[in-house]
Amino acid sequence: MKKQIANWGNYPIITSNEESFAFHEQLQDLLLRKDSFIARGNGRCYGDASLAETTISTIKFDKILFFDTTTGIFECQSGLTLDQILEVIVPKGWFLPVTPGTKFITVGGGVASDVHGKNHHIDGSFSNHILEMEMVLASGETITCSPELHSDLFEATCGGMGLTGIISRVKFQLKKIETSFIRQKQIKAESLEDLIRLFEEFHDYTYSVAWIDCLKKGAHFGRGILILGEHASLIDLNEKQRKDPLQLPKKKQINFPFNLPSWVLNPYTVKAFNFLFYHKNLKKEINHVIGYEPFFYPLDAILHWNRGYGRNGFVQYQFVLPLEAKKGLVEILNRISNKGLGSFLAVLKIFGKQESMISFPKEGYTLALDFPVKKGLLEFLDELDQVVLQYGGRLYMSKDARMKPEILQHGYPDLEKFKDIVRKFNPDGKIRSIQSDRLYLTTN
Amino acid sequence: MATVLILGATSDIGVAIAKKFASEKFNIVLAARKPEYLKPLESDISIRYKVDCTSVAFDALRYEAHAIFFNAILPKPDISICVFGILDEEDLAFNDWNITERMIHTNFTGAVSILNVIAKYYITQRAGTIIGISSVAGDRGRASKLIYASAKAAFTTYLAGLRNKCFKENVHVMAVKPGFVYTKMTENQHLPEAITSTPVEVADIIYKAFLRKKNTIYIKWFWRYIMLIIKIIPEFQFKKMKL
Repeated sequence: MKKQIANWGNYPIITSNEESFAFHEQLQDLLLRKDSFIARGNGRCYGDASLAETTISTIKFDKILFFDTTTGIFECQSGLTLDQILEVIVPKGWFLPVTPGTKFITVGGGVASDVHGKNHHIDGSFSNHILEMEMVLASGETITCSPELHSDLFEATCGGMGLTGIISRVKFQLKKIETSFIRQKQIKAESLEDLIRLFEEFHDYTYSVAWIDCLKKGAHFGRGILILGEHASLIDLNEKQRKDPLQLPKKKQINFPFNLPSWVLNPYTVKAFNFLFYHKNLKKEINHVIGYEPFFYPLDAILHWNRGYGRNGFVQYQFVLPLEAKKGLVEILNRISNKGLGSFLAVLKIFGKQESMISFPKEGYTLALDFPVKKGLLEFLDELDQVVLQYGGRLYMSKDARMKPEILQHGYPDLEKFKDIVRKFNPDGKIRSIQSDRLYLTTN
Repeated sequence: MATVLILGATSDIGVAIAKKFASEKFNIVLAARKPEYLKPLESDISIRYKVDCTSVAFDALRYEAHAIFFNAILPKPDISICVFGILDEEDLAFNDWNITERMIHTNFTGAVSILNVIAKYYITQRAGTIIGISSVAGDRGRASKLIYASAKAAFTTYLAGLRNKCFKENVHVMAVKPGFVYTKMTENQHLPEAITSTPVEVADIIYKAFLRKKNTIYIKWFWRYIMLIIKIIPEFQFKKMKL
């Protein structure tokens, strides 16, 4: 059916013919019937990666196929969302090996973006935990791949934005937990330097992330809060928590019912928000044991928080810079601060080493910022791209809606190899998105 | 634990009903023409809800096999829900008897055939519930749903008669009339959001109505009044309308 769709950033909005399938056979049939298409899950990438004239929705293809509660091996169809997986695995003492900041993504989308979490420096990205997966190629052929089997297809699919074929089935290894709680430590950092020093000091923590106030100038430039976490053991829990150590969070969600007018977010309101966020922690360091939901998915508590950026939508800008390029972080934050374009959230994380062809993570610091779409923004982001490249960094395709092809080319040294594999499995460019065309991944 | 039989378990509403009853700790028997399609749903339901879930082959148009099909199911279902149905392009159907016949036989004849078998068994047991998914379309004949609506009207009438026949035998029969629902069947239609339900909502409402032993339900409730208005339009006027 023709309808208007957009991903999480509400930018761009396009008219697309959406088809769905619930059975493997229907998928094969669809692939043969359609001229060109891209698979789309729950629409939680930010830009245009899963947008095309025809989209094939995977969300009805959401069945759990296998779960061994003793080994933690889990297998499902690609349209299943992480929140549904958590409901099944957590009470059995298992957790997702890697989770992004929202649980409303599908497994297929997670593989196509090769998502990372707060534990990248310890556990790598999602693809590091995949045992095998099944794909349906543009030709309709079904093929199983893994790091050992059809490894070229496997490698180009992890982070490959769905261009090698439709991911249909994924088998992966879960992580054992003793409780569903997280032992959290929050530390206030007075400046960016202080923050980076803390990241290094607490490098052994499984989970780490920092929120940065990127509008603060002067001595407190880059001040923020470092949030660290470990899965809590039984002994960490209080009496009430211990009654049901593997409990699921209670469902409490607030809906953002409409788009905020776009003038609401301006340098003053963002400054006020960041001020409150920073000063709500009165002490320098806070330790407590909390449920996994507020730790991993604080924003999921507000459904449709993206509407807070107004009808014009927003762009999330996420890049990674090598560890030694801290100067680049400073330069980019400076430029944003001077421009006053207002980022509500600025999230800093550390990446460990990763060998990958097209996956985003590589060793270094990654910063994610939101920018409401307005005049001058795209030009400004083009400027930032140059700084990112200059310091040897790259951008995350899952967040992207506007990058130029040469920026991708310079950021990903194995891009040609990736394109070759895409051409091998998707020879006529039948599987393509607005993004893949824009980035010359499926054209020429 | 009680068992529920879902006839037409590959449909979107069938899947949602199966999951709803499984979440309420009923064992599930899934039945569809292509049982190999049901394997993923079978594992999904067993893993998520920790109930027994099995699947069997069932073809609504193979009337002669219906008794054998039902006899083979063990343990016998306490609740049988008839979900299957098809909606073909009415213009094609009007010009092609095969399509018309298939639509009538799937939506009506096949349903009567299997539910007769099940009702007879429930009467001998003096226990059991039959739930039939009909449609608001059956409430009044109109051009754009010529064959589908008349087959569903017949099915609704059959369910009412069966309810009357089985009442004194302690067998309950419920008729469900969904209005617009987002399913594969309606994927290419533009449906008004305010009066369209999701399969999950349909399943939740059916489950609640089952607990309350309702006779006929509309989904959602306001469809009862929408159809009431459509039913009271005088025929001399109605026949001129484009509906």
